[in-house]
Amino acid sequence: MEHAALHDITRDDSSLRRFLHGLPGVDQVGAEGRAAGLATRSIKTTAKAWAIDMAIRMVDLTTLEGADTPGKVRSLCAKAARPDPSDATVPAVAAVCVYPDLVETAVHALRGTPVGVASVATAFPSGRASLETKLHDVRDAVGAGATEIDMVIDRGAFLAGRYLQVFDEIVATKAACGDAHLKVILETGELATLDNVRRASWLALLAGGDFIKTSTGKVTPAATPPVALVMLEAVRDFAAATIGYGATATIGPGAAATIGPGRDLAGEIRGVKLAGGIRTSKEAVRYLVMVNEVAGDAWLDPRRFRFGASSLLNDLLLQRHKLATGNYDGPDYVTVD
Amino acid sequence: MADKLFEYAPAPESRDIARLRPSYQIFVNGGFRDGSGEAIKTINPADEEPLAEVAEAGPSDVDDAVTAARGAFRPWSALPGRERGKYLFRIARAIQERGRELAVLESLDNGKPIREARDVDIPLAAAHFFYYAGWADKLGYAGFGPSPRPIGVAGQIIPWNFPLLMAAWKIAPALACGNTVVLKPAETTPLTALVLAEIIAEAGLPPGVVNILAGGPAIGQAIVEHGDIDKIAFTGSTEVGKIIRRTLAGTSTRLSLELGGKAANIVFDDAPLDQAVEGIVNGIFFNQGQVCCAGSRLLVQESVADELVAALQRRLATLRVGDPLDKNTDVGAINSAAQLARIRELTEAGVQEGATRWSPPCELPERGYWFVPTVFTGVSQAHRIAREEIFGPVLSVLTFRTPDEAVEKANNTPYGLSAGIWTDKGSRILSMASRLRAGVVWANTFNRFDPASPFGGFKESGFGREGGRHGLEAYLDA
Repeated sequence: MEHAALHDITRDDSSLRRFLHGLPGVDQVGAEGRAAGLATRSIKTTAKAWAIDMAIRMVDLTTLEGADTPGKVRSLCAKAARPDPSDATVPAVAAVCVYPDLVETAVHALRGTPVGVASVATAFPSGRASLETKLHDVRDAVGAGATEIDMVIDRGAFLAGRYLQVFDEIVATKAACGDAHLKVILETGELATLDNVRRASWLALLAGGDFIKTSTGKVTPAATPPVALVMLEAVRDFAAATIGYGATATIGPGAAATIGPGRDLAGEIRGVKLAGGIRTSKEAVRYLVMVNEVAGDAWLDPRRFRFGASSLLNDLLLQRHKLATGNYDGPDYVTVD
Repeated sequence: MADKLFEYAPAPESRDIARLRPSYQIFVNGGFRDGSGEAIKTINPADEEPLAEVAEAGPSDVDDAVTAARGAFRPWSALPGRERGKYLFRIARAIQERGRELAVLESLDNGKPIREARDVDIPLAAAHFFYYAGWADKLGYAGFGPSPRPIGVAGQIIPWNFPLLMAAWKIAPALACGNTVVLKPAETTPLTALVLAEIIAEAGLPPGVVNILAGGPAIGQAIVEHGDIDKIAFTGSTEVGKIIRRTLAGTSTRLSLELGGKAANIVFDDAPLDQAVEGIVNGIFFNQGQVCCAGSRLLVQESVADELVAALQRRLATLRVGDPLDKNTDVGAINSAAQLARIRELTEAGVQEGATRWSPPCELPERGYWFVPTVFTGVSQAHRIAREEIFGPVLSVLTFRTPDEAVEKANNTPYGLSAGIWTDKGSRILSMASRLRAGVVWANTFNRFDPASPFGGFKESGFGREGGRHGLEAYLDA
């Protein structure tokens, strides 16, 4: 999208509202049907092995409890860098995700590994604090060495229609991040409708979020297939829109033909992170099918797609081992954190 | 596209599940026997290999079947509805129990993807029997008088696109109302109907209540011309429907026809576009487009036409065409060489008339009857591909500017079976639906079926309704 067009959209609350409400609606029944249809794909043998390894590489291994301690975080980091101590072919996960005060511990524990350190910030999970406090939270985490920041949007402002306030907060947070990547948590369980999910996704993308993320994990429902579908459509369409034509302008077949599965992308590729409630390999593989068929190859990459999860990793390891050996080991054969 | 990152490994359903036998027999008066006609081979359209031999019925078999049905009619119709319902429930449960077998057999015989046979055809066939089982003891409350009577012997001729499902659509309401039937499945797809005959026999249905005759057009003609049949129900081409109607003119035989279509799928600029794309795909590529109510004409508002067509093309690139038994296949084989020839002929005509043809890159198997999903843009109302039923995976895209123009173009066809409307505006859905001359109008969805919903056409798409309370009327002396 051209700079001028972006400037016009975000000039004031009403122009931003016009743009967001001008996005095509989402028919909930149809979106649920499409998500259910994609879930019928049968992923076996070599495809399953590929998908499990890809899913492991996409995990943000997460602990976000009041009871977290440096010891807990250190053991999580060890697991992140070497998910299966008995098998060196298992790839490392993408990142660990912790609260800001434990970033330093994680950075220390992960030194020399490819694993990133993500920190939630901005008065996670509710986001109910002044902007100054939120930004301070971000600077703390970045200062301690976080390479990725998972911020929450102000859902109250969004639901009240104060879109520009949400936009400005994301812009300010992005600025406070410096070189750290910014993931914008929409908390889709509180946004309630898929139309809202689409609008919030675009809002976060317009404001410069590197990733859009479903949930804090503290609200139910968290990541669901229809929500993931709509968010993947948003990053796909955003990439198409930034090739050089506006979202509301005419889209020529030639331009659109350059994106899609198996094609090169020229637009801005932003990521999607699903978090909360994804516990099994089967669910993870289904989401990868969705990424593959809705967004395309460019998103089958830990830089563009993540799973925020804690117990998922162990199930991926169990399924990986089962696929390789034919035996299902059970939970005593993977480490507990 | 060998350079794809995430290549799905083959996930074939086992062919053994179909329990395919070397030969199948016709079902007359409660027993299986070889027909007096020729033994024909039914083939797998996905590889042109013979599947099984089927003993076709001859004219004498039609006589026997009608006589058996006539003899069974009085006791069957005299049974309390509750008792007839029990048989139908039993059949419905048996279809579910043998669902996997039927799905694989249907996929082999018809060429449709196992995903559709498994998730659509077979569950819906069972649902139709369950639904009409429920009506059997409530006919007095259906709005056709306090004690409506059945018609008698029904001759039913069904097509090859949904072989088992169409048999269920025909048999379930007929039996619920107390009629007896002589059913002829299509020549190219007789197998699941003959397995249904087994299920019916095992359900203990009295002999003669259901007779199933495999055979070609000559047997269909013999049924239509038989004289001792009280009702003909036909689903198939408009061409044959016209012949049947001429044949029955002046006789007392009742008739219901479910014929061709050239449905308009109308997309307004305020439509939920991602879902509209799914609806368009489901509308024209479901069952390889071999669906009488297929959304074969896409009418899109000019202001979103480019955007929608681009999104559609992007989506079509993800369709998986190939082995129907692979669980990940979206588009299977065309049912027969004859049908493939017709699709080719009409698409050639589309190119010659000046429409722009587009297909996603896609490798087709070498053997078998295959046609790549195809989209024509720049189509006008005058083109043959906008007027004639192609009955294949071929979409014609036309544009409109106003709701009036959309209605005018949608109705400007000899057919009137179905239509689709895509818009976020509820009031527009209602006003469009009331102006469209189509038996089924879908709003923000397409090709969605339910036994409780009546289905049937306007104009050359036929008359009479199947499904729902309305579907009872075709089998009651009302």
